[in-house]
Amino acid sequence: MRGARALAGIAAITLLATTGCSTSEPTTEAGTDPSDVTLTLYNAQHVDLAEAMVKDFTAQTGIKVQLRNGKDFELANQIVAEGAASPADVFITENSPAMSLVAAKSGFATVDPDTQRQVPARFTPPDKSWVGFAARQTVFVYNPSLLPAAQLPTSLLDLAKPEWKGRYGIAAAGADFQAIVSAVLALQGPEQTSAWLTGLKTNAKIYPGNGAILKAVNAGEIPAGVIYHYYWYKDRAESGANSSKTELHLFDAKDPGAFLSVSGAGVLKSSKHPKEAQQLVAYLTGAKGQQILSDSTALEYSIASDVPANAKLKPLSELSPPDVDLSRLNGPEVIALMQKAGLL
Amino acid sequence: MTVTSLARRWGARTSGYPVAVAVTAAAVAALTLIPLGYVAWFAVGEGWHAAYQQLVRPRVGELLWNTARLAVAAMTASAVLGTAAAWLTERTDLPGRRVWHVLLAVPLAVPAFVNSFGWVSLSPAVEGYGGAVLVVTLSYYPLVYLPAAATLRGLDPALEDTARALGLSPTRVFLRVVVPQLRPAILGGTLLVGLHLLAEFGALQMLRFPTFTTAIYDQYQATFNGPTATMLGSVLVVACLLLLVAELRLRGRVRHARLGPGSARRATPVRLGRRAPVALTAVAGIVVLALGVPLASLAYWLVTGTSTRFPVADLTAATVTTLGLGVAGAAVTVTLALPVAWLTARRPGRTSTAIERASYFGSALPGIIVALALITVCIRHVPALYQTTAMLLAAYAILFMPRAVVSLRAALAHAPPHLDDAARALGSGPLTVAVRVTLPLIAPGIGAGAALVFLAITTELTSTLLLAPIGTATLATQFWANSDAVAYGGAAPYAALMVILSAPMAYLLTQTTGRIR
Repeated sequence: MRGARALAGIAAITLLATTGCSTSEPTTEAGTDPSDVTLTLYNAQHVDLAEAMVKDFTAQTGIKVQLRNGKDFELANQIVAEGAASPADVFITENSPAMSLVAAKSGFATVDPDTQRQVPARFTPPDKSWVGFAARQTVFVYNPSLLPAAQLPTSLLDLAKPEWKGRYGIAAAGADFQAIVSAVLALQGPEQTSAWLTGLKTNAKIYPGNGAILKAVNAGEIPAGVIYHYYWYKDRAESGANSSKTELHLFDAKDPGAFLSVSGAGVLKSSKHPKEAQQLVAYLTGAKGQQILSDSTALEYSIASDVPANAKLKPLSELSPPDVDLSRLNGPEVIALMQKAGLL
Repeated sequence: MTVTSLARRWGARTSGYPVAVAVTAAAVAALTLIPLGYVAWFAVGEGWHAAYQQLVRPRVGELLWNTARLAVAAMTASAVLGTAAAWLTERTDLPGRRVWHVLLAVPLAVPAFVNSFGWVSLSPAVEGYGGAVLVVTLSYYPLVYLPAAATLRGLDPALEDTARALGLSPTRVFLRVVVPQLRPAILGGTLLVGLHLLAEFGALQMLRFPTFTTAIYDQYQATFNGPTATMLGSVLVVACLLLLVAELRLRGRVRHARLGPGSARRATPVRLGRRAPVALTAVAGIVVLALGVPLASLAYWLVTGTSTRFPVADLTAATVTTLGLGVAGAAVTVTLALPVAWLTARRPGRTSTAIERASYFGSALPGIIVALALITVCIRHVPALYQTTAMLLAAYAILFMPRAVVSLRAALAHAPPHLDDAARALGSGPLTVAVRVTLPLIAPGIGAGAALVFLAITTELTSTLLLAPIGTATLATQFWANSDAVAYGGAAPYAALMVILSAPMAYLLTQTTGRIR
């Protein structure tokens, strides 16, 4: 008796102590005026880009959107852990493996057919559980004063060779680089990928992000690094402070290193506002959204609704990425291989 | 189970009033034990084989080596730097001692990740082991300096006079008489440095020096609350607990109280003479490196940074959110700490000691472990609390409880219990006594505890990054988002605001530590 009362007391106190300041979830009824609906967007994209697109979406539709920002796999795993209780309505990423992770747990509702038609087939998975809305090109940034153009590697796989020891940086903990590894895995298989990663562990200097790599290459700390294209273009467009002493190099056509990574958008099956959530994904891949993307300072590739990429970029048609089935780009296996190699 | 039996033991011995307090205190202790329980439960649940596979791999060895060599070097450097600086400001005729005392302690107002930012944004040369030792030492040596200085000030010089009269040289007097008396302060401070180091995330991530804590964050980004993050966490927890146990044992064992009536006179300062310029240069050097470099770097980025923008609305919003979280967190933490402090001060015994120690365990754990534990426990068992401010405040309470308990306990020790008894005898109920007698008496302690917790919350980064509800941006998280994108200029205003908010508190700390001890 006494024990039960004590336990009840503890429960009450703990509740009192911890719920004193809880924020209430915005509650909205389905089917009401769209201006009353607030969508929750789990955003793994660059915050400024997502905010610019979402702001225009709200202006167009009256539907408000709140962002929870994070990284690809963090948010994907979070959605999986949250399950049906997830507050997320829409999920957008920088790279597709995190989309595949949610799709594999049947987390997505199929994208509306009209939206599907806005996006070229090579930027969507076969089951249409999500769609691509932006793309980023893998590049090798280098400092010509430390690495003459004649010595540039033709394949990403070369970087595991001994002559590259200590000469380039990677952001191993980032989803960007992990997406590139997933392309190597899809094209080369687990054994070769594993051996390649072991070479990278020996050779590469690890940086916390692509921006840090660019800065280090520019400062002459390291001769080169593997990053995505837009970090370089963005810096060049601003002031060039972190890129003026560097150049970009593309790996050979169809090489795993020529990988074009697709940023995905999908509607969560557990969304409480599926109609509005589909509207947001339709907007992101529609002409208006793609134009905002193309005009933005993010300098990622627009890929849908025939909106051409920003004029500062090399046109999409001139890139020759390897052919990979997006749904085969595997996140968890990449993480496991990288853990085994000691990169994570 | 333990909680109920604790309550029953209390009930058997005392009246209904302490039972309520004891139950509350036990509940608080249970709350702070959540992270520890989570890690232990997880490690057991994974089984030996899985645990072995996660832990026995080259990366873990690398992290262990990095963490250990950083801890040893920075703890040693902090101990030497802190003690030497304390001796110079307290026991010599160093010109401007009072000013130096404040300047040497104020680096506490500069969060380690801001200090790290200051250094690394000026030169990438500080990346790696050497830079990591330098930056964390400069950030954390005040944790040794403050207690060492306070102890030196309180020492009775009579012992030293006696030793000298018995024929010991000044150096021998220092080594054989002063240092042993300082030992608890130095070792306690050094172990505290160790605990901070094990939990440090932001500073080391910026310096590209991977330790257990940064690796756990990387794992979190790759897998959310995946098994590897938690297994790495269990190693970190063991390391923290070893340090904590060492700290508690030291604290419990050594006593150098002065007996006898009257107050000790101040020690005669050592005349530096021709050595004064050298000493001045050394002290000034520490201040320049620990305070000058980060502040100058901040100023530089504020003025010339290419990405410096003053998004007034964002800055204001983040400041208001940070202040709000600081105030709410301090209120919750102090409220929870009250019963714990009351028990330890008014009903000393094994049970209350156990409850008090339990509240220390949570704070010895890195923010990242506390956050991961709360996320997992909430998703599975209390989904209503998931992603709420309440969860973030709970994390703050777990992490910073001891700061409040220490202040409250000291205040309660100075509030005569006879006054409570008198009020009871005059017919006041327990609640009236608490509100009208006890609480007013310990108000300064409540204020000090709340201030310490507030200071810690305004600069907390790791668990805020993980737990902040949707749309909540604090100065620390905004700073981090900007510096993560290598937008140093954009990060600078947030860092400057954090330093401005913390500075008055750090200054107060230099004043109170001198008086209390």
